[in-house]
Amino acid sequence: MPLLLKGTWVTIEITFLTLALGMLIAVPVSFGQVYGPKWGKVLIGIYEKIFRSIPGIVILFLIYYGLPKAGINMSPFLACIIGLGLRSGAYQSQIFRGAIQSIDSTQMRASRSLGMSKMQGFRNVIFPQAFRVALPPWANEFTIVLKDSSFAYALGVTELLRQGRYIISTTYEPMLIFLTIAAIYFVITITLNKSLQALETKLTIPGFDIREKIK
Amino acid sequence: MSENKHILRVENLKKNFGSNMVLKDVSFTMDKGETKVIIGPSGTGKSTLLTCINQLVKPDSGTIYLKDLNVTQAEDMNKIRARIGFVFQDFGLFSHLTAMRNVMIGPIKVQKMSKEDAKNLAYEELKRVGLLEHADKYPAQLSGGQKQRVGIARALAMQPELILFDEPTSALDPELIGEVLAVMKDLADNRMTMLIVTHEMGFARTVSDEIIFMEAGVIVEQGSPEKLFKNPEHKRTGEFLFKLTELYGEGDE
Repeated sequence: MPLLLKGTWVTIEITFLTLALGMLIAVPVSFGQVYGPKWGKVLIGIYEKIFRSIPGIVILFLIYYGLPKAGINMSPFLACIIGLGLRSGAYQSQIFRGAIQSIDSTQMRASRSLGMSKMQGFRNVIFPQAFRVALPPWANEFTIVLKDSSFAYALGVTELLRQGRYIISTTYEPMLIFLTIAAIYFVITITLNKSLQALETKLTIPGFDIREKIK
Repeated sequence: MSENKHILRVENLKKNFGSNMVLKDVSFTMDKGETKVIIGPSGTGKSTLLTCINQLVKPDSGTIYLKDLNVTQAEDMNKIRARIGFVFQDFGLFSHLTAMRNVMIGPIKVQKMSKEDAKNLAYEELKRVGLLEHADKYPAQLSGGQKQRVGIARALAMQPELILFDEPTSALDPELIGEVLAVMKDLADNRMTMLIVTHEMGFARTVSDEIIFMEAGVIVEQGSPEKLFKNPEHKRTGEFLFKLTELYGEGDE
């Protein structure tokens, strides 16, 4: 069990670093996609389409086994973060783009009319609102990344799944160990979804409930 | 008389949207403390004219001067926009901020005012539009009239040299229009320079110094309310004013 917890920790590390890298990419990318110049939109479109159409595992193999041919070597762990992060960035950028576009365009016009730059309007007015809209789909992306972190197994990173395989090879209890692993993924997902839901409730704008119930 | 005396000078402004010529050669001036009202049928470029003045929409040709400054060739448009207030038909209040914070955000982010000073300023401006007791409410918790008054307070907080109003009461229920017009009349009485697109004839007649009648992208006629209502030069002006007055009433303030 301590070994499984150690693997769990690696899984959580991969998940959070991937999401963080993804968000770091996604926020400026989504800004560019909505407000950027035409060439920027084209570049972003290419990035987003490539990384959304290649299977995660292929991206990882390309980075870990392919890049050394170009003289770029990295640890399996780092390759995993970069590969999955780039992919998650593409998905997250689409989540944020949709959220940004759902915000009434008068909000940006009003920001500009006060003398704010596009960037200031985005940071102070559009993004805080878009972030609230993006939270539910973002929570979904979170659960996907958590489970995709098991791709790291294929590069030899000792995350939760590989740690389990090691234990099975000495205990010969595949059913028990895999069930335990499944349960751990389940618990992490539920816990984080609950906390994100709590955050969503906390950030709800008074009187402005887009999820108003229709009877 | 020096030309630079005018606070706003618009010369030969033209704007097309595709093949649709929205503004065909519009020129006029405004002096400090003046209230001018632009009227005209819909689709005649009134709103486009306003958005061209603060360059939310770029005109195709023509020049706009804010005092001595050529707005159409300005390097830092953000600085100029900060000097021109804009009040939107659909309010454009920032939904995630309270009324107070809506008024504070411009001075803080654009003028780099300290939070404390901005708060005091916002307090004064909300008091001016009669909304102090609603300072901590979010836009979605306010009525349309209250929202628009916050919109006006937000524009005022930037200490603008000129405020543009784009049909400020058109999105409001009839019983809420009065409170917004009252705030605007108060501003006019305090010699705020205002350019207002509206259909409120009563307001135009009693508050404005001059009415500009626009149709099909040109200024048909401009002059004092007295002259336009009683003795218009163009037949079309008389017809339009008659129709509007019939629709909206004399609107004695």
